[in-house]
Amino acid sequence: MTGGQLADVLEGRVADPDWLADAVDRVARDPDAVAALFPAAGRRCGRGPLPDEALGRDAGPDAAPDPVGWTVDDAARVLLLTALPLHGTALAGQVDALYRYGSADEKRAVLRALPLLDLGSAGVDILHDALRTNDTRLVAAAVGPYARHLDDRMWRQAVLKCVFMEIPLTAVADLDRRADGELGRMLGDLADERRAAGRTIPADAGILLALIGDLPPAGGDGTADRTDEREGKAG
Amino acid sequence: MRIFDPHIHMTSRTTDDYERMAAAGVRALVEPAFWLGQPRTNAGSFTDYFDALIGWEPFRAAQFGIRHHCTIGLNPKEANDPRCREVLGLLPRYLAKDGVVAVGELGYDSMTPEEDEVFAAQLAMAVAHELPALVHTPHRDKQRGTLRTLDVVKESGIAPGMVVVDHLNEVTVGSVAGSGCWMGFSIYPGTKMSPDRMAAVLREYGPERMLVNSAADWGRSDPLLTLATGQAMLAAGFTDDEVDRVLWRNPVEFYGQSGRLDLSPTDGQDAAFAGNSLARGGN
Repeated sequence: MTGGQLADVLEGRVADPDWLADAVDRVARDPDAVAALFPAAGRRCGRGPLPDEALGRDAGPDAAPDPVGWTVDDAARVLLLTALPLHGTALAGQVDALYRYGSADEKRAVLRALPLLDLGSAGVDILHDALRTNDTRLVAAAVGPYARHLDDRMWRQAVLKCVFMEIPLTAVADLDRRADGELGRMLGDLADERRAAGRTIPADAGILLALIGDLPPAGGDGTADRTDEREGKAG
Repeated sequence: MRIFDPHIHMTSRTTDDYERMAAAGVRALVEPAFWLGQPRTNAGSFTDYFDALIGWEPFRAAQFGIRHHCTIGLNPKEANDPRCREVLGLLPRYLAKDGVVAVGELGYDSMTPEEDEVFAAQLAMAVAHELPALVHTPHRDKQRGTLRTLDVVKESGIAPGMVVVDHLNEVTVGSVAGSGCWMGFSIYPGTKMSPDRMAAVLREYGPERMLVNSAADWGRSDPLLTLATGQAMLAAGFTDDEVDRVLWRNPVEFYGQSGRLDLSPTDGQDAAFAGNSLARGGN
């Protein structure tokens, strides 16, 4: 996705479009202005959900409430970042500072912007930070397309963490391509541990495990509907 | 009874408290930045704390259907430590945030020249960011400290309606009532107000510009004393509408002046995941 496509998605959905147009213009002229405009985007543009279709995502049947879904403020903030007239270490420094001092919503927007910025792998430390948190919104945003910069060991841990936190695996970019035997082993061990405790793993993890591991597909042993899982929790 | 606790330190409270508060009718709260009991010795220690107030703590609260906001500031006790002074330069970053609805807690602890300076500087930041200010009154020498607080507020040029002077009691309420500032009362066992005394103060001064909070923190305190105060008001003959004004509409009006209150429903329990009462992963 590009800044232009984001602007199209936001068309007609922003509470104060003049503010956003002016903010993008100011950031393009004065990159330091982003420090005050970035946090204000939520209250000026709104925080409602954006339709998944508009973003080219297939939401699936159980999309809401979904930590994967984009909101208006996410897209507005990403638009501000794509307007920064910076490159290389200057861009990385500005993005680091916005993440470092960001609220959870701002941090999520930075994570979502990473694959759209000319950063190379310079933003990977931000992903590591997000994956250390226990905030579902940040972890979900950290396993998007930019996670291609995570090494395999860290990427598998990130996927496993999504399973633990019941973040839908639709959040994980490149899952089909990257899921390997070692991830299958880790999911299988988790399913064994859960079974010993009289518990199950989420349905989408069960399907993934069936594709790359030894267990049968959803509906068989080791898998369960997410609602049943919640109701049956040990507390 | 719907309750907005305008002053409570959830960082110091357990998840059980969130559950009990939600069951008691608490739907929104403000957590002021304050002294953590253990003195901090550097600015980074503050920024990590501020990050929790705009990151983890709102996330935790939302799982119980409670909207969490905060105030950001350098408290007077730590304003006396030169190692912490650097925090002042970092405050503007945080005062721009969505969930930050006031500057605070400000005010006096020991009434030193350093406290004077930091208090005035932060009131100026409140004016610059168009935010209300939460000013507490000192534990010691309270009457004198309250009067001096009102003088500093007046000199700063901030509109009195943008200021709440907190931790008041029967002795200090009168001077604040005449100042145009909002009056905050902490219903806190032992050292501050009780529900019945609060009802009596409301009877005498009326509900206008009155805020009632639990100020629950790491001390012996109780996050449900807002509810107990509502019940004491009803027992004392106040109407449901008067209780709603004091426990909900007043804090919404005061902190709403920031333009940043978000009282929309949270995803609530939908964010709580299997196997844990709190989504946290990795265990």
